[in-house]
Amino acid sequence: MLGFLIRRIIQSIFVMLTVALIAFMMFRFMGDPVNSLVAENATTEERDAVRERLGLDQPIWVQYGRFVARASTGDFGLSWRNARPVSTLLSERFPATAELVLVAAGLSLLIGIPLGILTALRPSSLSAQSLQLLSLIGISLPTFVTGILLILIFSVWLGWLPSFGRGTVIDIGWWSTGFLTVSGLKALILPSFMLCLFQLTLIMRLVRAEMMEVLRTDYIKFAKARGLTNRSINFRHALKNTLIPVITIFGLQLGGLIAFAIVTETVFQWPGMGALFIQAVSFGDVPVMAAYLVLVSLIFVIINTTVDLLYAVLDPRLRVDGTKSAH
Amino acid sequence: MTLLTVENLTVAFPGRRGTVNAIEDVTLSVSPGEILGMVGESGAGKSMTGAAIIGLIEPPGGITQGEIRLEGDRIDNLRPEAMRRIRGRKIGAIFQDPLTSLNPVLTVGEQLIETIQTHLKLSKADARERAIDWLRRVGIPAPEARIDTYPHQYSGGMRQRVVIALALCAEPRLVIADEPTTALDVSVQAQIIALLRRLARETGVAVILVTHDMGVIAETADRVAVMYAGRIVEVGSVAEVLTAPKHPYTSGLMASIPRIGPRPDVLAQIEGAMPRPNARPEGCAFAPRCPHKMDICLQQRPKLEGSEEKSVACHLIEEVSV
Repeated sequence: MLGFLIRRIIQSIFVMLTVALIAFMMFRFMGDPVNSLVAENATTEERDAVRERLGLDQPIWVQYGRFVARASTGDFGLSWRNARPVSTLLSERFPATAELVLVAAGLSLLIGIPLGILTALRPSSLSAQSLQLLSLIGISLPTFVTGILLILIFSVWLGWLPSFGRGTVIDIGWWSTGFLTVSGLKALILPSFMLCLFQLTLIMRLVRAEMMEVLRTDYIKFAKARGLTNRSINFRHALKNTLIPVITIFGLQLGGLIAFAIVTETVFQWPGMGALFIQAVSFGDVPVMAAYLVLVSLIFVIINTTVDLLYAVLDPRLRVDGTKSAH
Repeated sequence: MTLLTVENLTVAFPGRRGTVNAIEDVTLSVSPGEILGMVGESGAGKSMTGAAIIGLIEPPGGITQGEIRLEGDRIDNLRPEAMRRIRGRKIGAIFQDPLTSLNPVLTVGEQLIETIQTHLKLSKADARERAIDWLRRVGIPAPEARIDTYPHQYSGGMRQRVVIALALCAEPRLVIADEPTTALDVSVQAQIIALLRRLARETGVAVILVTHDMGVIAETADRVAVMYAGRIVEVGSVAEVLTAPKHPYTSGLMASIPRIGPRPDVLAQIEGAMPRPNARPEGCAFAPRCPHKMDICLQQRPKLEGSEEKSVACHLIEEVSV
């Protein structure tokens, strides 16, 4: 298990180095940065002085090394647009996105898994049939459409929930949270629901399909033949086997949630990293874009490693811990 | 007193073109401690008979006729919860493939202990003791250590031993073993069969041994029922049925067993194939393949008739006796 963990961490480091390389290359695709830093009529000497001061006269791999060294301490330089440290900008925006994604992910599991089980256990019931139909709609409607519909119904027509922003937030250290105020929680409902809708329907359909598959297996038939209770068969014997593939998809989708958050944050003017990224793209603010890329990749890598570790917890066959198999 | 009686049992499945009878008019009985073999080719209804007895026919199928009695009480019309209490406690089951019969994410101990505690009022520690004891009885070495390991850490033969322990751990009176050795190596098959026979003797549990292996029947069973196209065509003591088969199908089966010795040019076989459940002829289902076919065979279905020692469903027998 420890060896597995170390292997995974080494792999992750290589992935992050590659991502850092791509982020680093972005700076070069944008042309010679010196051009934008000196006056138009600067002499060659002046330009070289700037170049030297910024270390741009060094070989590329040295520059890359410096970029990685600084990035690993969280230093991505200054935003070109408003001359503030990128790390400060991101850390201001991170809590908003993190809370949104967390709530959306939680909702998709808390609603998706029970609905999936329900539709698998009673596939021909009316509720299961209508849930299947609804989920088809949920999975095929683009999220920005559902987002705008939600705003129309709950903000414009009914006036129950705010249509944009985070509401009142409370700062705890550097983290600003919307969990502690009523308006903050109300502001979370629509965007997190919009964000989780696709995941929710996906998880529901996946749980349903997996559960029905598992319920047909021999070990479930054998469990029935031993007179175990339905409760134990469904929730102990079947569900645990169902969750293994669900966790994979959920892990992959968690990354997707962060990516989709860009759309949600735009629709709801949610002050998160996605909105920051969209601004950065429209202004060509490369340091912010590079930092966003690295940060999101880091989150992906962490999630995937966690998922792999969770497998081992759920599926004993994957525990490569040297337990001998006797024959 | 007989342990189990099945009378005129018919199991039907609704299909697009009307209902199809998987088994028809099956009558059999099992005494305590007896091993009843059930043979027949795939689709003859052996496993379906077992599933009906243990109350696990997959819907939309169901029993449409006849009754099943266990120790004198009807069990074919029980409510699901009452039937669940009988499964495992009174009637156990052993399935064909040990590789897929055990839940991969629960330890052998967890599966055994849960089964024991479902049926017997025992503390967790006592149930664990009992589980270890059962693992020892089915021949798992070092059961104290192996109990906390997962099924994938066992070989196929060892897993089938665990399956047998699971089927017997709540001490049922009857076990339905559905091709318990089909998925195993030949050398392991003999061990498992010997184990089953030993446990049946020790615990007094009756066994319905479903198989298509005549060798296993000859070695293990006390009586044998031969099934063909959903019906029992011949039933009796192993000695009677295997050495002096009366039904042409049984004779055909016996003749088809390859023997070690000089190789014949052509392997003995029964020509043709068993009719599918939705295409059974009006008369005797075996008539199209029967070498002794008579006119009556095409018109009238023969009844299972005879003595305790042996019954046969064939018009030839009536001819002879008349």
